[in-house]
Parts: sequence; C-alpha cells; structure tokens
Amino acid sequence: MTEAVTVRGLRRAYGDRVVIRSLDLHIERGEFVVLLGESGCGKTTLLRALAGLDPIDGGRIDGPPRPAVVFQEHRLLPWDPLWRNVSLGLSEKDSRQLAGAALAEVGLGDRLDDWPRNLSGGQAQRVALARALVQQPQLLLLDEPFAALDALTRIKMQSLVKALVRKHQPGVLLVTHDVDEAITLGDRALVMREGAIARTYAISAAANGHRSHPEAIELRDRLLADLGVGADA
Amino acid sequence: MSDLAIAAPVRAKRLPRQPRFAVRRLLPWLVPVLLLLAWEALARFGKIPPYILPAPTKVMLTGVALVQDGTLIPDIGISLLRAASGFAIGGAIGFGLGVAVGFSRTAGLLLDRTVLMLRAIPFLAVLPLVIVWLGIGEGAKIFLVAFGVTFPIYMNTVLGIRQVDPKLVELGKVTGLSTWMLIRRIILPGALPSILNGVRYALATAWLALVVAETIAASSGIGFLAMDAREFLRTDVIVLVIVIYAAIGVAADSVARLLERRLLAWHPNYAGETRR
Repeated sequence: MTEAVTVRGLRRAYGDRVVIRSLDLHIERGEFVVLLGESGCGKTTLLRALAGLDPIDGGRIDGPPRPAVVFQEHRLLPWDPLWRNVSLGLSEKDSRQLAGAALAEVGLGDRLDDWPRNLSGGQAQRVALARALVQQPQLLLLDEPFAALDALTRIKMQSLVKALVRKHQPGVLLVTHDVDEAITLGDRALVMREGAIARTYAISAAANGHRSHPEAIELRDRLLADLGVGADA
Repeated sequence: MSDLAIAAPVRAKRLPRQPRFAVRRLLPWLVPVLLLLAWEALARFGKIPPYILPAPTKVMLTGVALVQDGTLIPDIGISLLRAASGFAIGGAIGFGLGVAVGFSRTAGLLLDRTVLMLRAIPFLAVLPLVIVWLGIGEGAKIFLVAFGVTFPIYMNTVLGIRQVDPKLVELGKVTGLSTWMLIRRIILPGALPSILNGVRYALATAWLALVVAETIAASSGIGFLAMDAREFLRTDVIVLVIVIYAAIGVAADSVARLLERRLLAWHPNYAGETRR
C-alpha cells in the first residue's frame, strides 16, 4: 500500500487560541479513517488544513497538493448542468465522457444535462461525490457529507460511498458526529479532543457489518464515553 | 419609463381562484383600448382641438407620411445609434470599474468613493456643461448617455461580484481552479443576475438621457423632429415621436428580458415561463 497523507506535528492557532497542537496522522490509500469529536475540538480545522484551504502554523503535511473534498452542503454551481459541475477541475478534452462515467457511478448517468436545482438533497450530494471522485484523488476528505440528509437517504449514501471508496481506493478522512456512521464506514476511528488525537480504535469488518454485532456495541459504548456521553445514554 | 426598471423576478404563486385564460389575457387591455377609443372620438368630434391633441388615427397617418417622404427612418436610426454608442461606452466603463472594485480591495478603496461621488450628480444636471464642452454635436449626446449608463452598470457589477457565495469560491479553490478559471466559471456567472439587472436599469437611463439631449440640443434624430414640429404646432408629429420613444423603450426592455431568460435559464426565478 502507498500512503495517502502523513501529518507530523501539525499546529494551527487563531491568535492566542491554539486549535490544533502537535497532531500526527497517517492514512494509507484505500484506508477509511473516521474522525470524531465534540464541536470545537478542531476536526474541521484539521480537514481545512489538509484541504489546503487554511495555512498551517507548524509541522508538516506530506500529501497531495489538492485532495478532493465533499462538504456538508453540495456546493454545486447552479448555473452549470451536472456534467459541467462534475468536470469542473478537469482539463481533458473528453471531460464530458469522464463526468458521464462518474455520474453513472453515483446512479445519475442519465442526468448529464440536468440543472442542480432539479435534484433532491441526496442526489445533489451524490453529484458532489462524483465531482470529487472524477479527479481520481489520492486523498478524499469528507466533511459531514451526510449530516443534512434524511435517515433513509443517509443509509443509501453511506453504502454508495463505501462501495466507491473500495473501487477507487483513495485514502479517506471522514469527519462526522455520528458514532454509528463511524462504526459502519470506518477502518479506523479517531477521537479528537482539544486539538489532538486522544484515542484511536481499529474497527473490524465484523463491526462494520452489523450494528448489533458485539464488537460494534462495545465500540459504540466506548466512543460515546470518549465523546462525553455516558454509556447508558 | 419607470416601469422599465422594475424587475419581476419572483414567480407568483398560483392563487386558488384564477380567472379563465381568455379573461386573464384580455382584461388588462380593456382600459387602454377604451381610452384610445375615447381619445379618437373626442378628437374626431372636435371636443379636443387638433393643435392640443390630434386623433390617434391622424398620428398614425402622419407616421406613414413621414416614413414615405424618407425623413422618419433616418432620424430613428441616428437616435438608436447614439443610444447604442453611449450605452456601449458607458457599459464598458461601468463594467470595467465594477470588476476591478468587485475583485480588488485596493481598487475598491481607490475608486469606489470617487465613483459614488460622481454618481451623486443627477446625470441630467451636467447637460449644460456638456454642451459647453462638446457643443450640440454627436459627442454631447453620446457623452450624456454614457454618463447615465456607467453608474447602474458599475453598482450592479460590484454588488453581483460581492454577493457570489463564498462557499462556491472556496469549492473552486479546492478544485484547483486558476484565478482566471475561478472568475470565468464561478464569479462572473454568480454575478450575472445582478449585472443583467443593471443592464435593464441602464437601458432605461440611456433612453431617458437621449430624449433629454435630443430635445434640448440637436439638429437630427427623432427628438429634433419633435422640437422642429413644435415650431409649426405640428402636435401630430410630437405625439408620434413620443409614441416612438415609448415603443423603442419597450423593445429595448424586451431584448434585455430575453437576454435574462437565455443567460439565466439555470436560475429558478427565470426558468420556464416567467410572469411579467
């Protein structure tokens, strides 16, 4: 396996307030890492630093200069039809074909010329996923991409993401608040606290497979406890 | 003239009780048609003297006669050319300044105050000065039109660029777009609704500037035609010119509206059938 990204001693501060202090992180290609943590623990700051959106104040990030990102909002350009949205960063001549193939992968292969406003929330998020994957990214950053979706759509999206990650093998960092989502999708769960990674859990395929598997139940309790929610909550 | 500037972007909700299609189409025309008929009748039966207001049919016939003797069409052409040149010059200046100020904080600090100070001048107030500078030739009229057009285009361009969703700009950066591509694919399309709104407003301003300039100082164009007719109490020609001004104004607005519908097909407010 090759590495997707390696972070050493990352530090990020806004004025006096240190948001990330000496953080280390390593993600392999094909590995699905889930990042959990209470609001304000620095999850989003870390993701933005990895995405190259914010400068860093110390340490180093060895990874692709331009990872693909899916945000909580779909961020589709309302003035471009779907295929133009998906091919936004592509310079190849056959970008329409590439966009079409990416859209087909997310089940929207017949909607190339449709406008974003005609999509449901889940469909729009699938287009955003296609736009990220069409770049063949080495590292895929997911910033709570399912948070705004209804429960059923979220479950479908999760299995779609899992299947596509397995196929394209990027390293994935998923930021989420949802412990069950973390257990279902992740190979590894990181709990972040006060700007550093406080805990790391490996997640077995068995725990991925079913939420009532004993390992899944145990992990859920431990993650909830780490996040400051009692095991009986 | 004022209704040209008003955009109607919001699609009206379907009301529970709607009058039938034919009624809906025809009823708004009832009052104008009745007014026209009343005017015609009053003029015909001598209740209004022709030098005050000639009958509509008389105005029409005058129009036909002026087309036939070859004076009307060239004058309309000259007026349109002035409006178009002034609009092109003022639009280019307004758009250029607007793009600079919209993108660059420095340009904004350097220019915005100055432009807003110039905008505080009612553009018709500069007319006497313009006549002193440029006489009553083509330059004066084109200058006045350009002056009036610059500001609405400038303001709406700046506003449009500043209103572009920063989250989309961020997406563009994450996707690795170059600055030029960021402008072309995200910022200008995002600013376009506002810019087109400015274009519509500017068209109305341009037309108003032209009417004033031609009425006060001109030796050709349809404004001159009207002033010339005043000398001979040819009220029919004056009314004809007013009608032509109105018709061209409406036509210009329709073109702007068509442009909106073509360029903003993606926009939910302009999609499909737009209600006036």
